[in-house]
Amino acid sequence: MKLVGKGVPKIDGLAIATGKPLYTEDLAPANALVVKILHSPHASARIKAIDTAVAEGVEGVACVLTHKDVPKVRFTLAGQTYPEPSPYDRLILEDLVRYVGDEVAIVAAVDERTAQRALELIKVDYEVLTPVLDFEQAIGHPSVVHPETDLHCNFDIGHDRLRNIAATHKVEVGDIAAELAASDVVVEETYYTQAQAQAMMETYRAFSYLDHAGRLVVVSSTQIPFHVRRHLARALELPASRIRVIKPRIGGGFGGKQTAVVEIFAAIVTLRTGRPAKIVYERKETFTATNSRHAMRLKVRLGADRGGLIRAIDVQCLSDTGAYGEHAPTVFSVAGEKSLPLYNKARAVRYAGHAVYTNKLPAGAMRGYGATQGCFAVESAVNKLADALGIDPCELRRKNIIRAGEIDIYHNRILGSSSLDRCIERGRELIGWLDKYPRRDLGGKVRAVGMAVTMQGSGIAGIDTASAEVRLNDDGNYTLLLGSTDMGTGSDTILAQMAAEVLETSMDTIIVHAADTDVSPFDTGSYASSTAYVTGMAVVKAAGELREKIIVAAAALMNAAPAEVTFDGSILTGPAGATITLAELAQRSVVGPDRRQLSGYASHGSPVSPPPFVAGFAEVEIDKETGKVELLDYIAVIDCGTVVNPNLARIQAEGGLVQGIGLALYEDVKYDERGALQTNSFMTYKIPSRKDIGTVRVFFEESYEPTGPFGAKSIGEVVNNTPAPAIVHAVRNAIGAWLTRLPLTPEKVYAAMVK
Amino acid sequence: MKIEVTINGQKTVLEVAADELLADTLRAAGFASIRRGCDTTNCGLCTVWIDGKPTLSCATLSARMDGHDITTIEGVAGEAEAFARLLVAEGGEQCGFCSPGFIMTVLAMKRELADPTDEAITHYLTGNLCRCTGYMGQLRAVKKFLEVRS
Repeated sequence: MKLVGKGVPKIDGLAIATGKPLYTEDLAPANALVVKILHSPHASARIKAIDTAVAEGVEGVACVLTHKDVPKVRFTLAGQTYPEPSPYDRLILEDLVRYVGDEVAIVAAVDERTAQRALELIKVDYEVLTPVLDFEQAIGHPSVVHPETDLHCNFDIGHDRLRNIAATHKVEVGDIAAELAASDVVVEETYYTQAQAQAMMETYRAFSYLDHAGRLVVVSSTQIPFHVRRHLARALELPASRIRVIKPRIGGGFGGKQTAVVEIFAAIVTLRTGRPAKIVYERKETFTATNSRHAMRLKVRLGADRGGLIRAIDVQCLSDTGAYGEHAPTVFSVAGEKSLPLYNKARAVRYAGHAVYTNKLPAGAMRGYGATQGCFAVESAVNKLADALGIDPCELRRKNIIRAGEIDIYHNRILGSSSLDRCIERGRELIGWLDKYPRRDLGGKVRAVGMAVTMQGSGIAGIDTASAEVRLNDDGNYTLLLGSTDMGTGSDTILAQMAAEVLETSMDTIIVHAADTDVSPFDTGSYASSTAYVTGMAVVKAAGELREKIIVAAAALMNAAPAEVTFDGSILTGPAGATITLAELAQRSVVGPDRRQLSGYASHGSPVSPPPFVAGFAEVEIDKETGKVELLDYIAVIDCGTVVNPNLARIQAEGGLVQGIGLALYEDVKYDERGALQTNSFMTYKIPSRKDIGTVRVFFEESYEPTGPFGAKSIGEVVNNTPAPAIVHAVRNAIGAWLTRLPLTPEKVYAAMVK
Repeated sequence: MKIEVTINGQKTVLEVAADELLADTLRAAGFASIRRGCDTTNCGLCTVWIDGKPTLSCATLSARMDGHDITTIEGVAGEAEAFARLLVAEGGEQCGFCSPGFIMTVLAMKRELADPTDEAITHYLTGNLCRCTGYMGQLRAVKKFLEVRS
């Protein structure tokens, strides 16, 4: 292959790195109204009265909207394929506020200063209610987060409004109780994972205007332009044909921008005023009034025989979805779906529990999407089992992991590809496991190693569909039209690599366009690790179709059969040495009567979601006097099928690992007793800096996924999952105590050490 | 109030409010590379040079800039692009939103430190957060950039 497998630089890399005006805010019209939101100071309150008269009177204020001024149709902001499994539990504004940060009023003014002043002049009379803040107390709590009766679910997701249950889920295969009873060894533990902020550097933002035809145009930093259009249509009671959503460059998403946080606010201002409007969330708003990872409690029971075969896996999970149910049922199910099938010697598995409402920041999509939480709990329990059995944890995995060709007990599907066994073996050698496991005491400090494995998916099996179009332009170059959204991952680049590979051309002849709902072929957006795998396959098919059409067209000009014509990417050669260049063919395809511009168009959805795998190894050093954990080295060996672009894959991996390290060690979410988020800035919510991470090393053990483009699987999310359990394992090996609550702050480690 | 500043070598008179921050003044003046990521001086996205020193423009009052010399990435385009090519070759820009501030700090470091160790590089750049890349690729690019010089 000429391009697939090469470390091609990102096509937009230079422009974005050097600060060219390409992001949403850079493109907003200079005369756009500035939109600001009044957020609730209370975790739960009924708005008795709201007086906007003084605010509206301020010169330069264009509008002030409250719950009285918005449509009354409930919707979800979750960026999922319709019909969304997330509950329709939102209004644009409501007379009930459900968390500190919930929206109370929308203000639009000629500039920021005026909008801010108007916000301060709105008088709200609240009846403060008792909030539900502890998610373990939510079910059956006397306070009901969603008392409204017009809430709607598209599916039976086990929603039980009056008991604060957003979703219920249960998968059980085999007889779990009998298998646990028959096991020689059973380990049991309850684990807690915290909410985590996506903390993308570009906060949420959008702007909107009416175009020449009076249609609403919304430009947004979003992962899901087509879903945003649908959300807007429903929430604003507008036909989708009247709406166009454009996605420019995105300054990071990590799942946060799979939830349409701000678009509706700009859009409603434009609809009400007829004027362009823009909204840019500050960092504090992004922390307090958007979405985060779901915090979870996971109770795990593992049963195994003496020889170390895991026979039963039981996980009971409780997930905190906060005030609204975006992604509540799906994140919940993924936590089991992407962690239990790893151990395929099990005769019985069960994963069950609830996602519950609380009066806190809504949870939403975040990289790993539940698999991160599930992996932390299951992998920690497997490491605990290794201890109980006296088996090396790498050896325990070797005995139990699913292999390519096996049918997984959880999904009852054949696993098409896996090199996880090789990943474990290689990682073990690279970290120096035999010399370092379990610990080396250095006196004041102790060093230890730990490990974990994980899997994710590639796209949503049987649901999501991507389309792609490749056009041959008049002078012989190509336009690749995509509806997927490159949020910095380099997906536009790798998709162009795939198209160029099929068409045997170079990167510079491929023009990539994404994404604009007026122009782009439909794509569900970039999430669920779907872009390289699902959209990639659509690109391969579309480019293949165009390639065939090029040959057929050339054959017609040569009065030959298509089978007699060969194409090397620039010249078509027929019988008896007849040739035509692609450029000439392209030109002739657009001149004169009876011509047809050549293009390939394809849609692709996959009936399976092939998992990528990672084996992660951590080496830590712990200060015995303070409990501070320093990560010295982290090694991840990854099976993402064929590596389409090694440089971009490596960076994806390094970045995901560091987010996982943040979850493991630093990122601490704290609320005060009234339910206000205390960790609402980078001052108080610490994501890893470059000093905090030690050395992170990434290696690939390629496999070949038969259903993927050129054998590729996904990589975006899977890399997020191993750090937390591997670091917890290393800490256990260092200090002899298991920690079960993230993050591993020095206080927690010290307390565990001296207990 | 009026301030007279030199931006990227060009003398300019700007009208600014007393409480206006330099990051906002510069964006309003058309320097799109200026990004705000945090408002609490933690992220480094808004880094520009003031009289040659890397400084957070979100925590600098524009009024105090009267008579000073400001450099944004647009003012060092050639050198910035030379480093950006190495960064992009590593994939070390990813979403790119933090890159202008990061690059301004890297270029300042190159002027300030002679033959820095990995540790010194990391220390100098610690104030520049990046949520995408995990920093390792950025370090690889910085080291290549410093080698190119020597």
